[in-house]
Amino acid sequence: MSNKIKKKSTFIDMTAMSDVTVLLLTFFMLTSTFVQKEPVQVNPPQSVSEIKIPETNIVSVLIEQNGKVFMSLDKQPDRREVLQKMGEFYKIEFTNEELKKFELLPSFGVPIRGMKEFLALSTEEQDRMIMNYGIPCDSLNNEFKEWMRNSKIVNKDLSIAIKADHATPYPMIRDIMNTLQDLRENRYNLITSLKDMPEI
Amino acid sequence: MAEIQENSDSGKRGKQKKFNVRVDFTPMVDMNMLLITFFMLCTTMSKPQTMEIAMPRKDVIDDDMTLVKESNAVTILLGRDDKVYYYLGRLKEEDYENPEKLKESNFSGDENSVRALLLGRNHEVVQRIKELKTRKENLEIADSTYKKEVTEVKKNKDAPRVSIKASDFSNYKNLIDALDEMHICNIGVYAIEDITAGDLRLLENLTGGGYEKQTETEVKQ
Repeated sequence: MSNKIKKKSTFIDMTAMSDVTVLLLTFFMLTSTFVQKEPVQVNPPQSVSEIKIPETNIVSVLIEQNGKVFMSLDKQPDRREVLQKMGEFYKIEFTNEELKKFELLPSFGVPIRGMKEFLALSTEEQDRMIMNYGIPCDSLNNEFKEWMRNSKIVNKDLSIAIKADHATPYPMIRDIMNTLQDLRENRYNLITSLKDMPEI
Repeated sequence: MAEIQENSDSGKRGKQKKFNVRVDFTPMVDMNMLLITFFMLCTTMSKPQTMEIAMPRKDVIDDDMTLVKESNAVTILLGRDDKVYYYLGRLKEEDYENPEKLKESNFSGDENSVRALLLGRNHEVVQRIKELKTRKENLEIADSTYKKEVTEVKKNKDAPRVSIKASDFSNYKNLIDALDEMHICNIGVYAIEDITAGDLRLLENLTGGGYEKQTETEVKQ
């Protein structure tokens, strides 16, 4: 044996640390639902209602401050079929590629006449352009009604969720509600953020 | 990255050398941390809240609302600039000139608010629901019985029937606030109705907010 000072190993055992991180990772992977990309920022108003939104089969209607309407379907096959049906209704032929591109869009909101051009754009351009559009839902050209009608035909278990900005003027909300009433969709959810129940 | 260290004190020949097998987990931890960060940033932990509403069908006229006893009817009008008004009972011809008919209110919860009004008028129901709630909290009744009882209590004949009428100048938040008050005050029957020309005239006469002008186009539609 020599008199040399023993070299101490600086090796730190990371196994435990790794265990912890893997556990955390598993937790996050299992509990996570991904944030849906929305074309516009919408601040829903607060309410005391504590009902949760159903997990799947939702068609959500996004109403922005100035009354622009966007929609999103949560199932990709549904999106494809809906666009096909819309194409049939408005006599527009969509190619397979366009349908595929549409399937990947998280939400949509362009007039149907401009849909072909919109789908031809790149993703970044689409993100930039979509906020200038919105689904027309006035009484002369109510494309929103057709989208909703076809969505319901494609998947009749869909529940409707309306997410509107707190500053949206009432007439725009009324238009959407009236349209839904015309379609005999009388039960729907209004998305709100939670506030505490006051003491009474 | 596995590191195989020779045991320093295994001097004797002939014996098999002991190997200390240690795996360096540092890169693994790094990677996991990165993934965790990714998931943390990309997830929504809480699902959004919703408020369920059921609108009446358009082709069926709901007698329930039209045949309300006048003493129970409360109409909430949502006006300009987040203002809230209400009147009790129905509108009659002389009411348009009567400044006492329409009262200004708010959603805050003070003595002037819609909440104070509705809680006062719905006193019996609120009291009974409170009792049920304490019984549920003391585990005397099950959750399902509680819900059943609550719907039963809400059917009270003397409870106020509220119509919410939003003018074109109100916004979505006002509407949600109004619906919220219905939840808070345990109102059993309420409806979102279209504002009528009479309501607008009342608003115009008593507040002068220019309500009538802009709606003429609406009425034509």
